[in-house]
Amino acid sequence: MTSANLRPAEKRVTVIEAGRANLEYFQDLWRYRELFYILVWRDLLVRYKQTALGLAWTLLKPLLTALVFALVFGKLVNVPSGGMPHAPFMYVALVPWLFFATSIAESSTSLAAHSALISKVYFPRLLVPLVSTVVALIEMLVALALLVPMLIIFGIEPSWRLLALVPLTLLTACLAFALGAWSAALHVKYRDTGIVLPFVLQFGLYVSPVIFPGDLVPYPWRALYSLNPMVGVIEGFRWASFPDQSLDPMTLGTSVLATCLFLMMGLRYFRGIERHLADVI
Amino acid sequence: MTIALSATDLSKRYTIRHDGHRGYHTLRDEFVSGFKRLTGRTAQIASTEEFWAVENITFEVKEGERLGIIGRNGAGKSTLLKMLSKVVEPTTGKIEIHGRLASLLEVGTGFHPELTGRENVFLNGAILGMPRNETLRKFDEIVAFAGVERFIDTPVRRYSSGMYMRLGFAVAAHLDPDILLIDEVLAVGDLAFQQKCLGKLESITNDGRTVLFVSHNLGSISSLCTSAILMESGKIAAHGDVALVVMKYYRDGASSPASFDLRDGQRKIGDDYARLLSGRVLDKSGKPSVEIHISDDLAVEMEFEILDSNPGPFIANFHFHTSDGSVAFVSMDTSRNATLPGKYKACCEIPGSLLNEGAYFVGFALTTFSRGVAVHFFERGAVSFNVRDPIEGIESRGDWGGSMPGSVRPNLVWNTERVM
Repeated sequence: MTSANLRPAEKRVTVIEAGRANLEYFQDLWRYRELFYILVWRDLLVRYKQTALGLAWTLLKPLLTALVFALVFGKLVNVPSGGMPHAPFMYVALVPWLFFATSIAESSTSLAAHSALISKVYFPRLLVPLVSTVVALIEMLVALALLVPMLIIFGIEPSWRLLALVPLTLLTACLAFALGAWSAALHVKYRDTGIVLPFVLQFGLYVSPVIFPGDLVPYPWRALYSLNPMVGVIEGFRWASFPDQSLDPMTLGTSVLATCLFLMMGLRYFRGIERHLADVI
Repeated sequence: MTIALSATDLSKRYTIRHDGHRGYHTLRDEFVSGFKRLTGRTAQIASTEEFWAVENITFEVKEGERLGIIGRNGAGKSTLLKMLSKVVEPTTGKIEIHGRLASLLEVGTGFHPELTGRENVFLNGAILGMPRNETLRKFDEIVAFAGVERFIDTPVRRYSSGMYMRLGFAVAAHLDPDILLIDEVLAVGDLAFQQKCLGKLESITNDGRTVLFVSHNLGSISSLCTSAILMESGKIAAHGDVALVVMKYYRDGASSPASFDLRDGQRKIGDDYARLLSGRVLDKSGKPSVEIHISDDLAVEMEFEILDSNPGPFIANFHFHTSDGSVAFVSMDTSRNATLPGKYKACCEIPGSLLNEGAYFVGFALTTFSRGVAVHFFERGAVSFNVRDPIEGIESRGDWGGSMPGSVRPNLVWNTERVM
């Protein structure tokens, strides 16, 4: 009577049990990749749908900031830039920094913003901050593409070192994702996060070597200073872009270690919150 | 028959805090309680209470079964559905799902107002777990079902709420899963659209798909589902044939379903002129019964007493309701025999093969018309019975195996002949 008998017999068996979600979690992340793509697509679409300049904004933001910083800190305050022209010097640091800051800010509110979805449909919740990170990453790549013509305009010959931007961008993305997922979970539990985080990120802009070169920090303090993982990232970006810039491997190594640590701790905290997310959100 | 879904000892516990707290903490709270702990003062412990939204539920759903889940608000229906759809994690127990499960807890989940209808179809499809190429293939069908062809490239924020709901339901209706969970989604849209949704759901279920359906609309539960679960404060109060479970839900708290007797005087129904004494449903052999075979005759009987015959004659009238609360028919005593004080018995005979299958609730009323309309008593749902259409098949069904709509299903004379 029913056509059910005609269907293929092998059917996937799903088992739901307390605590079981952990076992299949990363498999599920892969299984839900289509949802991931479409959420990224949605975010990009919605963001630029009603703007006159569209994606041009992702270029204008770091560009205008770099110009203003170059004028104020370069020309007026005369911050050293290791002999580099101020505009590309600032731009090369602003691209990863703005990505890092936007990504974390967007991720931190992402779970709360998707509460309606989270209480109605199952999908691995880690996708939510991941989408925020990847959307910010795509915008960063657009801004990064402008770097090469900019270097040429300022008379700096691009070198093979530019290839290092690929792993460096990946490192920044991992760091941003780790802290983004962490703050998203924190935001669900403590709504203070929404107030503290913008302040901390604002602060970070001046503590990280965006406006000034990292070697301005006196040597005995360098190790402590490079505990801020963005120090290594920004130094790396400068090293890749300017041929006569040097890079302290210790600084970069600290960044990589810190990123791994944050990734582990962030994901663990997120998974802990996630299990009861639909109950509390 | 193979099992499509099984739940074993399923429970969900929530903790309620009684300190007037929001669900989330602030850092300040943590600092304050941390400081108090440091200084040796006991931190104020929030009083919490455990609450089992669902408690030790075990059931199985067979492939192709359409299971309705009914119960009052807060009985745990939605929590159960959320556990089955993986939105919340069970506290204890185990669920096994065989095949692809799609849950529809809301129409238009994740719709973004700025995106067009077209874009939202793909978005909503992905959210509900439909692969992109499948959405692509069914796109025209979805749009046609929703009837929004002309507005498909308009942002949905410009849609009327009806269009919005239709588009949302259309996507969900084309999910094509092995098991479909539905929560109360039919409570949206106008009547015509609700009918369309019900029709679509019926064709989905007739494909042998397994459906779990939570609703307050007992009418759609009884017409769509083959079996039902009645939930009461987190537990299963009844599980079985849909009509029986629906009846139990209705009957809940009332005295007796097939018959009642008020002659002991504990409860009085009536006024100074007349009083209801007893009532019952009788099967063809004259015995009180809840279960009536669809082709059997039955009788509904009421005893009443006339105390003061002044307003007479007294007209007994019976109001038959179906399980969704709609009136099937009303029948009135035409004999006009109840004119003098005394005890009377009014019996109304209902031929077999008249009523459709399902639960019927009979309201007993006694009315006089001589000095304006006066209702002396009207006891709604005083007795109930279930008309059963056994699966072996009967004449009025023909070859049709599914459920037949309507509150009556008479055996009528048909004559079809070739005219040219």
